[in-house]
Amino acid sequence: MLRYTVRRLLQLVLVVVALSLLLFAWLRSLPGGPVSALLGERATPALRAQLTAELGLDQPIFVQYFKFLGRALSGDFGVSTGVQPGDSAMEIFLQRFPATLELSVLAILIAVAVGIPLGYLAARRRGGVLDNLSVVGSLIGVAVPVFFLAFVLKQVFAVELGWFPTTGRQEGGLDATRVTGFFVLDGLITREWDAAWDAVKHLILPAIALSSIPFSVIFRITRASVLDVLDEDFVRTAESKGLTTPVIRRRHVLRNAMLPVVTTIGLQTGALLAGAVLTEKVFAFPGIGQALAIGFERRDYPVLLLLILCAAGVFVLVNLAVDLSYAVIDPRIRSGSGGGR
Amino acid sequence: MTARTDKIDKLAQHTARSDAGVSLAAAAWRRLRRNPVFLLGAAIVVAFVVLALLAPLLAPHDPAEPMLGDQVVRARNEIPPSQPGHPLGGDQVGRDLLSRLLVGAQQTLLVGVLATLIGLAGGLVLGTLAGALSGWVDTVVMRVVDVMLSIPGLLLAVSIGSLFAQPNQYTVILAVAIVQIPVFARLLRGSMLAQRHSDHVLAARALGVRERAIVFRHMLPNSLGPVIVQATLVLAIAIIEAAGLSFLGLGNPDDRLPEWGQMLGQAQNVIDSHPELAFWPAGCIVVVALGFTLVGESLREALDPKSRR
Repeated sequence: MLRYTVRRLLQLVLVVVALSLLLFAWLRSLPGGPVSALLGERATPALRAQLTAELGLDQPIFVQYFKFLGRALSGDFGVSTGVQPGDSAMEIFLQRFPATLELSVLAILIAVAVGIPLGYLAARRRGGVLDNLSVVGSLIGVAVPVFFLAFVLKQVFAVELGWFPTTGRQEGGLDATRVTGFFVLDGLITREWDAAWDAVKHLILPAIALSSIPFSVIFRITRASVLDVLDEDFVRTAESKGLTTPVIRRRHVLRNAMLPVVTTIGLQTGALLAGAVLTEKVFAFPGIGQALAIGFERRDYPVLLLLILCAAGVFVLVNLAVDLSYAVIDPRIRSGSGGGR
Repeated sequence: MTARTDKIDKLAQHTARSDAGVSLAAAAWRRLRRNPVFLLGAAIVVAFVVLALLAPLLAPHDPAEPMLGDQVVRARNEIPPSQPGHPLGGDQVGRDLLSRLLVGAQQTLLVGVLATLIGLAGGLVLGTLAGALSGWVDTVVMRVVDVMLSIPGLLLAVSIGSLFAQPNQYTVILAVAIVQIPVFARLLRGSMLAQRHSDHVLAARALGVRERAIVFRHMLPNSLGPVIVQATLVLAIAIIEAAGLSFLGLGNPDDRLPEWGQMLGQAQNVIDSHPELAFWPAGCIVVVALGFTLVGESLREALDPKSRR
């Protein structure tokens, strides 16, 4: 188990290094570039040359890459040229990561809290009204473009009904104390209940929009998985042994049906950032996704590089966690070498 | 990474194992014909394709020309309402919305089909190479595929889309397509590996059939089931992701031949005053994506040997 974990972690390092090289080459070949982004199109050639040299963009790409790698190891990923010019990329990441994490956690919680019970109920009453309705709902959930759903939610519940704020993470006038960077947590720690509640209200609509796809997928996998397990011999055995229905459901059906569901939750969590780019843009939510959208617009290499690397790193880590959690849920895997490829 | 890739592999093995040939296809068809989900999806897809193909004939007006010469006086920021001859009114520049939606169907079909075909072609080449040659080719191809799969799809598409100085329809298609290449590649490799030791391949090898013929005549055709299912689903994904690119400003700026994702992306600017300009293309995307998903999912279910009982 330990050897397996170490091997996977080494693989993770390899993926990140390979990805950093790829991204580095890629981002350098983007049209436009930070010099025009910073100076505009009408800058004099001399000024352009000066800034190019200052940013080190006149050197061969390999020299640039190794310099970058050396600095990156000590946590210096360069200075932002577009998202928040002047701030270091790391600063921007640290500032925005808690925002996206809060949003993602809430989105996944919603998806799990609705998806799993609904999937389980739908499977138990296969072909019933609830089953058919929720299957159709989950299919629509995948088919609606995320940013459009975000827009509709914003228009209806924030603009028309005024139940929720339209943009941002927190009302400006609250003057809440910052401790961790997680606004909800901050409010709870400092007992500024209104600040915590305000942060939650800012999260709800974007989180619902963001949860539409994970919900649909988690629901469908749960339903399919429970249907599979209900048909298994050991369920029939448990029934014939005279076990009570709640015990069978909890110990036999649910536990065995959860394995593919856990995988799916992991996969969906890792993929949330893609949806966050769209959702955060709609709600002007100051997280990683918004920084990515602005970064692409303004060719902010240092920020883009760091954020995409982190996204990929998180994605791979989450998948590793999923593979390891198999062993906890399914004792059969514990003895083997664990999820080969 | 393995969790996601495992899922693709499992899917590949799943359907590949059922190399029962015609009987499976026949059984699947028999089930599909009675499946209301499939019928609904197929009806949507057929209607969409027919409308898309006939769009130039059906569209009552030129999708690129404002409704000038009509009774419409175009003042600043005024969007023509519904009126005789223009049942849905005009768009933000005063062009007939119905005509744009119809022509948009054609362009959307083009984006979906081309993106899927490019992704499929790339995946077929890589997957067949990896699955047929194994050894170091397999290792190299699969490492590249794994790295590509470690970036969330839309993010990869945005990265690729922003590589081009001037985005146009084909850069959008390419960006959406490249994201799908690793998915198809892994699917195909998995299902070819699953067959490597199956009876029909061993028999062919024992009979002295050349390796190339084994790959192209025996292994590849038997791997196509899951690939076709995936392609149907990718059609829907491609249309939705193209809309996402447009929303992020990486779409095709030339809107003389509109595409639904592009229309939706452009309507964001006026969504506060005229939400219907966003609702129409969004609704079309949802219905069509739903159609392809319904067909894909019911195909998968029908081809799954486990559901044959």
